[in-house]
Amino acid sequence: MPSPRYTREIPSRYRLEAGRCKACGKVIYPARPVCPSCRSADFEMVALSRKGTVITSTVIHVPPDDFLMEAPYAMAIVETPEGARLMTQIVDCEPASVLPGMKVALEFRLIRREGNSGILCYGHKGVPVA
Amino acid sequence: MAGIVGYGAYIPRKRIKTEEIARQWGKDPGTIERGLLLKEKSVPGFDEDTITISVAAGRSALDRAGIDPQKVGALYIGSESHPYAVKPSGTVVAEALGIGPEVHIADFEFACKAGTEAMFVSLGLVEAGRVEYAMGIGADTSQGAPDDALEFSASAGGAAFIFGRENLLAEVIETYSYTSDTADFWRREGEFYPRHGGRFTGEPAYFKHVLSATRAILEKTGLKPADFSYVVFHMPNGKFPMSAGKQLGFTKEQLETGWIVPTMGNTYSGSSPTGLAAILDVAKPDDLILITSFGSGAGSDSFVLKATERLPEVQSAAPTVRAMLDGPRQYMTYGEYAKFREKIIVND
Amino acid sequence: MREVAIVGAGMTRFGELWGSSLRDMFVEAATDALTDAGAEHVDSIYVGCMSGGQFVGQEHLGPLMADHLGMTGVPATHVESACASGGVALRLAFMEVASGMSDLVLATGIEKMNDGADVTNVLATAADQELEVYYGVTFPGLYAMIARAHMADYGTTEEDLAWVSVKNHKHGAMNDKAQFGREVTLEQVMSSSMVAEPLRLLHCSPVSDGAAAVLLCPLDQAKKYTDRPVKIIGSGLATGSMALAHRENPAILGAVHKSAERAYKMASVGPRNIQVAEVHDCFSISEICCIEALGLVDRGRGGPAAREGFTALGGCVPVNTSGGLKSKGHPVGATGIAQAIEVFRQLRGEAGPRQVENARIGLTQNMGGSGASSVVHIFEGV
Repeated sequence: MPSPRYTREIPSRYRLEAGRCKACGKVIYPARPVCPSCRSADFEMVALSRKGTVITSTVIHVPPDDFLMEAPYAMAIVETPEGARLMTQIVDCEPASVLPGMKVALEFRLIRREGNSGILCYGHKGVPVA
Repeated sequence: MAGIVGYGAYIPRKRIKTEEIARQWGKDPGTIERGLLLKEKSVPGFDEDTITISVAAGRSALDRAGIDPQKVGALYIGSESHPYAVKPSGTVVAEALGIGPEVHIADFEFACKAGTEAMFVSLGLVEAGRVEYAMGIGADTSQGAPDDALEFSASAGGAAFIFGRENLLAEVIETYSYTSDTADFWRREGEFYPRHGGRFTGEPAYFKHVLSATRAILEKTGLKPADFSYVVFHMPNGKFPMSAGKQLGFTKEQLETGWIVPTMGNTYSGSSPTGLAAILDVAKPDDLILITSFGSGAGSDSFVLKATERLPEVQSAAPTVRAMLDGPRQYMTYGEYAKFREKIIVND
Repeated sequence: MREVAIVGAGMTRFGELWGSSLRDMFVEAATDALTDAGAEHVDSIYVGCMSGGQFVGQEHLGPLMADHLGMTGVPATHVESACASGGVALRLAFMEVASGMSDLVLATGIEKMNDGADVTNVLATAADQELEVYYGVTFPGLYAMIARAHMADYGTTEEDLAWVSVKNHKHGAMNDKAQFGREVTLEQVMSSSMVAEPLRLLHCSPVSDGAAAVLLCPLDQAKKYTDRPVKIIGSGLATGSMALAHRENPAILGAVHKSAERAYKMASVGPRNIQVAEVHDCFSISEICCIEALGLVDRGRGGPAAREGFTALGGCVPVNTSGGLKSKGHPVGATGIAQAIEVFRQLRGEAGPRQVENARIGLTQNMGGSGASSVVHIFEGV
């Protein structure tokens, strides 16, 4: 993972910074210059709440190399109260228990390491709320 | 008067029982449990490290402090397991917490007392008036070598403390640091596991520094053990802090709340700080609290704190240590533990 | 715009072609297509390929392939739209002939996946790198999430998914170009190892090498090359949100629906007119979602279609008589062209044991990534 590419994504990955379109109200995560709903370019920054609901999910059994030690793991599309959707792993639970409708908290976790000598890449994962 | 305006802790949800590790190495679980007074310990997930633990603890500290993160003028993290050898943990944590760019950051190390060091320096900067708020964090995911006594206790977790001058939830009455060059436990650059001097880590190391620092702070403040509602020492296992307390004249009741090691294990730089967080979770206004850390190498930092009227208002603003220790958790087998602790070799 | 016809076709076998390089396969398929049509030169070449660069370190495929075909000097263009690269290459070739710019254009698709590349990582470049792949999702994982959403919304079952594989293998067993030209049973599919829940190994198309080529010319010149040209009467291309999380409903492939609408409109036909179709079954669930989006079945009714024989040879709308991606194989860039070849054969009555009786109107649908691009072509036998 080249550092410039990683560093650009820090506001969205570390602080869940999204964009709310001032013209139509759509919240898009991560933020982008043009609204996918109405094509306006006028946004305000909104930090997503660190929680959401699972929309759909799966359990990955055959992982990419970087994630070998973590398989099997659950992945899901999570929708936050602001109406934004993101995709991430759901951890600290039995993968089979992750189903649509599950409420999760978004916690800061190490997403991947670039081998033994590359940079460490962070982001948020979902954890079921009791 | 400066003190703590916000605090928080984080303990990973994965656990392993002492008996599971004992079975792996053909040892009698009962003997180990009784000898170390340990039942289980926390295990960091493959996706958890000192940085992620610090972010979780830091978020709770900010929630309790109720301050704008942009006002935190310094952030220090003490750990034996910083994820990078060169590149600070503090910068990642600051960006995640919304702190900076106007902030001073440094990573600290001094074996298990790096956390209280971060707290000591944070306090000093605030007292000097150089920054309005400063955050000191102690967090670790340190390892014990396989089939070594430390493998039963080395665990993961941490706590964060924000220091300021107003709206304190606990005042810092006094500090005392006692330090000498004592090679009781060390790790050379590039080595995967630490080494230690066996029984040399006891009386000439842990007890000498913990007892000396505590006695000195009692003398400095003119306080007696009976004046305190709570006391917490560094907890390398269940026995040492109990023994230190007894030798100093503290009672089991005073030690109990902070004595979280039997189910948490030794979170190294997070050990006594997390114990302090457990105390702050239940302390009442005007309670006197004493904390003495210990870091091999060796040294102890002592603090005397006094809870304020504000403390009960913020205790439930973030997860408590007890809730994390007793809440939902996943127990693993030694094989899963070895996988998470990267004891299994894979190609790059 | 002029009317356009396919007048020749050729393809390699699909499979693990250890003895053939990317360029070898291109030459084999292209030469077969030229021979089939009795053509000696072409005006232009399109090369559909998802990633020569990542699989074998080779970019700049247009000139490379023209060179190896012995046609240096001819304009040649590399086309990329992930797994829809072949279908989009066909579309561009169609447009070049229809516009009057060229009279004989070769549309090809190629992919060399077995030369030691990390296939999972290369295929993942068709998904959203920053929002999806970063967090550890795989291609099967994305389609697995689509499957779960479809199962929750419409009651589709794991067995419904398995029946798609069983049907396509039954067809593929009659195709000598197929990678896995043998039947599989429902039990074999349901007990194969789990890849990403609920998708099992035998719900997933394989990793394949292969190349395919078709020759296009204006309809009024077709008799120079063949007595039985097949007209391309419709072409539609559409894009959708790249990230699954940004789509309205993960179970609905909007780009497929839009690309089909555009093709139907151009062809002045509807789903009811389609007699044979090659549909993008990279995973069993994708065939189910695509036949709904194509209007071949009602929304939500894709699940039972294979099980009930609706989409089997002999059924109402035979889908994937070639064996589909599942049984025939899926050399990513080649698939779109191979689909066109199957329909070409069907509409000329050349499909042998796989022949759909009296097939006159056929459809191909080729999709990229998890549905971010889709291209549909409609064909009519002359």
